[in-house]
Amino acid sequence: MTDFKIKGKVWLITDNNGELINDIDTDQIFHNAFLHITEISEMGEHTFGNLEGWEDFPEKCNPGDIVFAGSNFGAGSSRQQAVDCFEALGIKAIVSESYGAIYKRNAINSGFPILIFQQINNFVKEGAIKNLDEIEIDFIAGELKNVSSGKIFKIDPFSKVQKDIMEKGSLLTI
Amino acid sequence: MPGKTVIEKIFANHSEEDISPGKIVWIDLDVVTARDFGGPNVVKNFHKNYEGESVFDPSKVFFTFDLTVPPKTIQYANNQMICRKFAKEKGVKVFDIDKGIGTHTLIENGLVQSGSIVVGTDSHMNILGAVNSFGQGMGDVDITFGFRYGRTWFEVPETVKVNIEGNPSYEYSAKDLVIKVLSILRTDKILGKSVEFYGDPIEKLDLPERITFLSMITEMGGIVGFIPFNSNTENEIKKMSGLDNVAPEIKADEDASYFDIIDLDISDIESMVSAPPYPHNGMKVSDLDKVNVDFGFVGSCTNGRIEDILKVWTILKGKRIKEGVQLSIVPATVEVYKQAFEKGILKDLLDAGAIISNPGCGGCAQGHIGMTGKGEVMVSTGNRNFPGKQGDGFNYLTSPEVVAFSVLNGFISDREF
Repeated sequence: MTDFKIKGKVWLITDNNGELINDIDTDQIFHNAFLHITEISEMGEHTFGNLEGWEDFPEKCNPGDIVFAGSNFGAGSSRQQAVDCFEALGIKAIVSESYGAIYKRNAINSGFPILIFQQINNFVKEGAIKNLDEIEIDFIAGELKNVSSGKIFKIDPFSKVQKDIMEKGSLLTI
Repeated sequence: MPGKTVIEKIFANHSEEDISPGKIVWIDLDVVTARDFGGPNVVKNFHKNYEGESVFDPSKVFFTFDLTVPPKTIQYANNQMICRKFAKEKGVKVFDIDKGIGTHTLIENGLVQSGSIVVGTDSHMNILGAVNSFGQGMGDVDITFGFRYGRTWFEVPETVKVNIEGNPSYEYSAKDLVIKVLSILRTDKILGKSVEFYGDPIEKLDLPERITFLSMITEMGGIVGFIPFNSNTENEIKKMSGLDNVAPEIKADEDASYFDIIDLDISDIESMVSAPPYPHNGMKVSDLDKVNVDFGFVGSCTNGRIEDILKVWTILKGKRIKEGVQLSIVPATVEVYKQAFEKGILKDLLDAGAIISNPGCGGCAQGHIGMTGKGEVMVSTGNRNFPGKQGDGFNYLTSPEVVAFSVLNGFISDREF
């Protein structure tokens, strides 16, 4: 049985002002200098390798963590590595207000959970979710709970295709 | 039943299901491609999941090598070998390292036309909107599934209608126009949407200019863009594709329903640049302080046609670019390269100080030629200027004309000083 509920620690991908960074493109997530890599296990160490201030993310994060980023996350190229690198690190999910169109497909097709959380930037600004807070997400109910504070937020639930593919593992195993 | 937009009609022609925005449907694919980037991952996925199976239709599956051509590292050489071996086993054609940019090569080989659906491991597949086709960039999982089954799922995108008005006195290029529009629409107005552009300033664009404009829908966050044909477009497509007949243009119904309608006035357009670090960071050249340049790059899927190179030649012939500044020119395809050769413009460009490389994606990734060193400034006809995209410097996106004048003068400019 696929587990559609997760619990983990939050990484807020923020700038110097403590605001979530918008428009993080695939070259910042997984730089084009490493596109020759085809082994997923070798991709993790390059995650955010070209995102100023976050180059050490692969060392800082732990398997089971959850990434929060600004809108239009994964803009740019079609590279699957920009999804696979998070899987390699054991990241459980990415949460953002919106995604690059191709990125969204790539994540869904890999069975990697990406969630849409409207107004996420504002909630982070207000301090409703802080770095390293523990949160619980229910993909199907569309609910995100900040365990640290007890606050519950509504997020977009999984679409049917997202659920179907994740249940089977990936698009290639449906 | 309300009328349909262009993308809804194209989907309807490729699906057995009713098409309405937001609905997830299965659609058939006309052409499925992979590049030397993404391609080896596709092959690996295919072996892992479909070992011993064939591709859905070998005549509709292609490899297009354009990123690291010829391979500059052993890993890329190995990756290209993996694709060639797979292609041979499955009876699939490879447009190899001599051919140039995949999307352009597909058009030139008559493999794309009105109403077709073409996917590949290239986020600028939507260039194919210029020939009224739906091109979609995809990651390697998606493409692997496409190789095997020739179909995929799609959430039918909403369509935004953008009316471009204005009668500027300034003689703008397609690149000026797209940077202007991009700086207004930014990355949120059409995110995840199909876009139909209307209005004289855009409908008058010729085919290479349409390619320039529509390639940057990606930088707006859009799925694909369409521009109604003008009286020349069909003939231009026939000429570029070598096809005697092309399928009729897919047009939106008059009563089609749109997610949003945006009216833009471009009357105040001038020569534009996208200042780093974002493509939507558009500004007028005349508003810039003096920015010294170290590099110029002319090429990419956005501005790599012969018309783009001719503009540079017109400005640089008989002259010499500024001492210490470099200029690289990368034709989009070998056909463009041959045209440049036949027109006799290559010697003038070499005399002016240009480096002219073999066709391909050029410096748009660290796979080919022309990276900037730390802090250096590049003026580029490419489509992205994110940090680290073309080296370690600062990248200003602009038209071929502004690149030519800038390398001539040594600073960003739109005329000779």
